[in-house]
Amino acid sequence: MELLDKLAVLTDAAKYDAACTSSGVRRGFQPGKIGNTTSSIAGCCHSFSADGRCITLLKVLLTNCCVYDCKYCVNRRSNDTRRASFTPKELADLTIGFYRRNYIEGLFLSSGVLRNPDYTTEQMICCLRILRQKYGFNGYIHAKAIPGTSPELVQQLGLLADRLSVNIELPSEQGLQTLAPDKNKRAIFAPMRQIRDQTRQSTEELTKYKHTPSFAPAGQSTQLIVGATADSDWHILHLTESLYDRYQLKRVFYSAYVPVVENTLLPSLDTKPPLLREHRLYQADWLLRFYGFRANELLDERHPDFNPLLDPKCHWALNHPEFFPVEIMRADYETLLRVPGIGPISARRIISARRVSHLRHEDLKKLGVVLKRAQYFVTCCGKMRSGLQFSDTTLVQQLEAVERGQLPSGEMQQLSLFDTVG
Amino acid sequence: MQDVIFQYDGTFDGFLCCVFESYVYKEFPIAFYSDEECFSLYEVRSVITCSKHAQRVYRSLVKISRRAAGLIRRAFLTCMDDKELHLYAFIRKLYAEGPAFMKCQADEVYLPICRAVRHLNGELEKLRGFIRFSIYDGVLGAEIEPKNRVLPLLRSHFCNRYANEAFFIYDRTHKELLLYHNGRSRIVSVDHLRLSLPGEEELLYRRLWKCFYETIAIKERYNPRCQNTFLPNRYRGTMTEFLPTDYEVQQSLVTSPPASLAIAPTPFAQAEIPVPEIHE
Repeated sequence: MELLDKLAVLTDAAKYDAACTSSGVRRGFQPGKIGNTTSSIAGCCHSFSADGRCITLLKVLLTNCCVYDCKYCVNRRSNDTRRASFTPKELADLTIGFYRRNYIEGLFLSSGVLRNPDYTTEQMICCLRILRQKYGFNGYIHAKAIPGTSPELVQQLGLLADRLSVNIELPSEQGLQTLAPDKNKRAIFAPMRQIRDQTRQSTEELTKYKHTPSFAPAGQSTQLIVGATADSDWHILHLTESLYDRYQLKRVFYSAYVPVVENTLLPSLDTKPPLLREHRLYQADWLLRFYGFRANELLDERHPDFNPLLDPKCHWALNHPEFFPVEIMRADYETLLRVPGIGPISARRIISARRVSHLRHEDLKKLGVVLKRAQYFVTCCGKMRSGLQFSDTTLVQQLEAVERGQLPSGEMQQLSLFDTVG
Repeated sequence: MQDVIFQYDGTFDGFLCCVFESYVYKEFPIAFYSDEECFSLYEVRSVITCSKHAQRVYRSLVKISRRAAGLIRRAFLTCMDDKELHLYAFIRKLYAEGPAFMKCQADEVYLPICRAVRHLNGELEKLRGFIRFSIYDGVLGAEIEPKNRVLPLLRSHFCNRYANEAFFIYDRTHKELLLYHNGRSRIVSVDHLRLSLPGEEELLYRRLWKCFYETIAIKERYNPRCQNTFLPNRYRGTMTEFLPTDYEVQQSLVTSPPASLAIAPTPFAQAEIPVPEIHE
């Protein structure tokens, strides 16, 4: 098979993985080596594909042959699809060629399970060794740790890669049993625990000994599939929160399930991927990581799913009228962050600006506040925005109207004379 | 104070000299011109750049606020309309009131500068990823069409990333060329750059990249609006994945006969970086 065909097959097989980031590690140029990881901690996007997702890394599988038979996966054993494998050298050459042309920031290496997890991981390590040691590649490498791999191999992998990830995929044990019978919860969490402990240990050692090899310096991430099983948003968000708390994950990615295979246990082939739901989960994820929210505040047993018409923060604000209005000139940072339309950057700008001048509503706009959301929830020097009219009952509709322009147009509904108004 | 028009050489030092003279002769700028012709009913003051005066002004700015001085330097690279007037107003306010007003971004003098610098930073961040190099006989070459003068700011990033390589980046908008070889870099202005045709290996890698780019998108998630937000159309003219593999050939058929295209790519000499012979 030609290289071009191989690349097409193995990219096609890897594309459902959502993680494509090069963030979390800053490593400058080293003499005799190729490249660096970006000068900014936030990573660097090299392109955006037709679905609007960022392309940072060369995201491919080493092979798409797999001994597992997970029902949701395109690469499962029983699926009739073209199979291919890169030789370690081919992939290393391709990475260097792309990197030198500034197409990519590094390599994202995943693989189907060939023979067994240990053998597959050995193949991946072999490829990364060529890249790191023979070619002196100093760019970013994200590698997948396959559940069930022995700890010694995970350690070797971590010493070569910047970030490791173990995909949970199905958010509940029960989903795992029905859809991925070859995997189990313990096998998934064991490498996560190991990666957490070794990253922590490696950072501690680095403070004492300068030249200790660093283990996965950019931490670890994982991915959850949304919409393949019946799990609620509440369940997924709780899982996310505990992953951040207990395993110190850098990111949890959500992947809206794209029906690729026909199976009675899965949504039918003509269901659309739940993109809006995925979007709401990402918004909630940001609220957990940067806004100081807890999962319990956003959803509860009685409301297990997000309102598709409103973002989670507005939704929270509507359910907590006692918290508002917030006085811009006096509120502390944490309180400002809870106002819809104010984010970490604009909150910091407000705090800095109010030391030197009285802020009016027009000024807030200049500071980057999204006033069309925030106006209902803030006062400036004790005053609401002049001319603003709303009541508790109309507020929901007004906020939904703000959101509507950003929703996919398919969500629109034909108005009917007989709909209940208000 | 008298209203005048300042005419200077368009450099940052030249601009600082305008500031210097405006204070010395108590003249207020009504406009700045950096090109030759300037016809107006206002009096025109031609300012000759003098690095001593420029340094004096810059040092005084650093003394007031290091951050402000850096911001002015950066804002001078932006494509803001009337950037000199905005910067002059900013400097005046800085001298009069000190740096406290910079705490409030809603300030009417500070805001336009902040916006312009944010625009510059955004473009910089995007270009770090979107620049596409082609390899001509071992030398990396790229072309860009930015709105702001990003080349001086891209310099450190790419010199760090490709420290062991020789590379050049040509800015079509501002007709500047960044050259790097053997740990030394320099920016020269070049009116026109013509590149030689890509080799077989280069074409192969372009095909591979286009194949990867097209395959990685998930059909069911097709979302051109989202793609446009992150990757605006204006960047696509220099990006491999949006161009035909052999775009140089196609372009040359339109603009000039292919025979004249056989000019060797940037002949980097061994130690010193010469001004390339592509100079026209």
